[in-house]
Amino acid sequence: MSEKPEKLIDKKGIRLDGRKADELRPLKLQVGVLANADGSAYIEHGKNKIIVGVFGPREMHPKHLSQPDRMVLRCRYHMAPFSVQERKSPAPSRREVELSKVIREALEPSVFVDLYPRAGIDVYMEVLQADGGTRCAAITAASLAIADAGIPLRDLVVGCAAGKIDDTVVLDLYDAEDKLGAADVPVAIMPNLNAVTLLQMDGILTPAEFETAVGMAVEGCKKIYAMQKEALRTKYMTVKEEAEE
Amino acid sequence: MPTYFEKKQLVTPGELLAEGDYIAGENSYMEGNKIYAQRIGLADAENKKVNVVALRAFYVPKTGDIIIGTVIEVGFNGWTVDIKAPYTAMLRASDVLSRPFKPQNDELSQVLNAGDLIVAKIASYDRAHDPQLTVGEPGLGKITRGQIMRVTPTKIPRVIGKKGSMISTIKQETGCQIILGVNGVVLVTGKTVEDEELAMMAIQKIEAESHTSGLTDRISLLLKEEKSKREEKKNE
Repeated sequence: MSEKPEKLIDKKGIRLDGRKADELRPLKLQVGVLANADGSAYIEHGKNKIIVGVFGPREMHPKHLSQPDRMVLRCRYHMAPFSVQERKSPAPSRREVELSKVIREALEPSVFVDLYPRAGIDVYMEVLQADGGTRCAAITAASLAIADAGIPLRDLVVGCAAGKIDDTVVLDLYDAEDKLGAADVPVAIMPNLNAVTLLQMDGILTPAEFETAVGMAVEGCKKIYAMQKEALRTKYMTVKEEAEE
Repeated sequence: MPTYFEKKQLVTPGELLAEGDYIAGENSYMEGNKIYAQRIGLADAENKKVNVVALRAFYVPKTGDIIIGTVIEVGFNGWTVDIKAPYTAMLRASDVLSRPFKPQNDELSQVLNAGDLIVAKIASYDRAHDPQLTVGEPGLGKITRGQIMRVTPTKIPRVIGKKGSMISTIKQETGCQIILGVNGVVLVTGKTVEDEELAMMAIQKIEAESHTSGLTDRISLLLKEEKSKREEKKNE
């Protein structure tokens, strides 16, 4: 990182990367990118690049981890050594273990876990390039990959963050804003059911600011949700067109 | 009591399908009085029942299903069988040997060994127990010849066709015996390898174009064309 710039957002409300306060980074979503996984998805969220592979439902290994009344969802969030500027050790760090848990808890409410007791689903998220907001991008892609595996879902889960830089509440922080800004609020929701599955806050916000931030993140989620649905449809679009003939 | 989709509309999980006096059918669920989709698929309403024909799903065992599985382990009194489902199935030795089974006399791996393929029927399965298989019926048992291919389980009904029209067309044209495992594994046994390949090509085509209409006629035409082509080659 170079030295801290004087201002993260200028008088006109333009941020360091040229975005407005309530603007998302450009997004690209793709479904079914891996041949050997049961379901897969790829997301490019700004400079974030994350690939997700899903296996299952299949028999749980080791067996003692299986639950007699429900299916177990196992998530692994992992950053590639080349995903950040300083080489990251490939061994799972404290942060990755925590994020894996947080993401699992964000995805679990969307899956009908009680339909297939004793079975397990494995979700592997591999961060190829990180630029802030990876947990939200990973959730968005993981949910798509689970849907692609044919696993029944209540709704797709979509994640997006909001935060505060200088004195302004803004949407979708990238790495520099996250590190130098005042606060970061990642949110994941199931838009059709109007349910929040992840809500974290890092930093200091007044209650009023917090509410604006959450509202902003939810709006961002809804925008991403539209793209998420589109990405899932695109894979099967040819099917639909021919069925209409 | 409106519905929010057109017939055969492509829906994604979580999409609101209907509200009010409807019943959630296949691949859909009810929350309050609203019906949502569970899987990606094509929505359809039948009377008051809202269904989604899934485009992506996996096999879930059902008692009475004929399946094709792979033996993965030889145990003390039976075999563990991979049936391409969330659960592995058990096949008991006494079921195969059709006489009391004694570990001293019988060496199980000589009957079925790891890697063997079997056609079997699901004898029992419920939430609390892994599926049990049986081979005690004609047509079931170890597979000794033929070729295996995999089809998405949701498309097996399409390969069968209306009242078996599709599958009987393929059988007639190629002279192959075809066993469709409900779990998406298909066994094709013919007189020659060419016959088998012809049948497999037809099944692959059905899988790729399962959602189009008039498929049975097109498949029968395709098989006839391919056959005459091969005849010509032979005569040359």
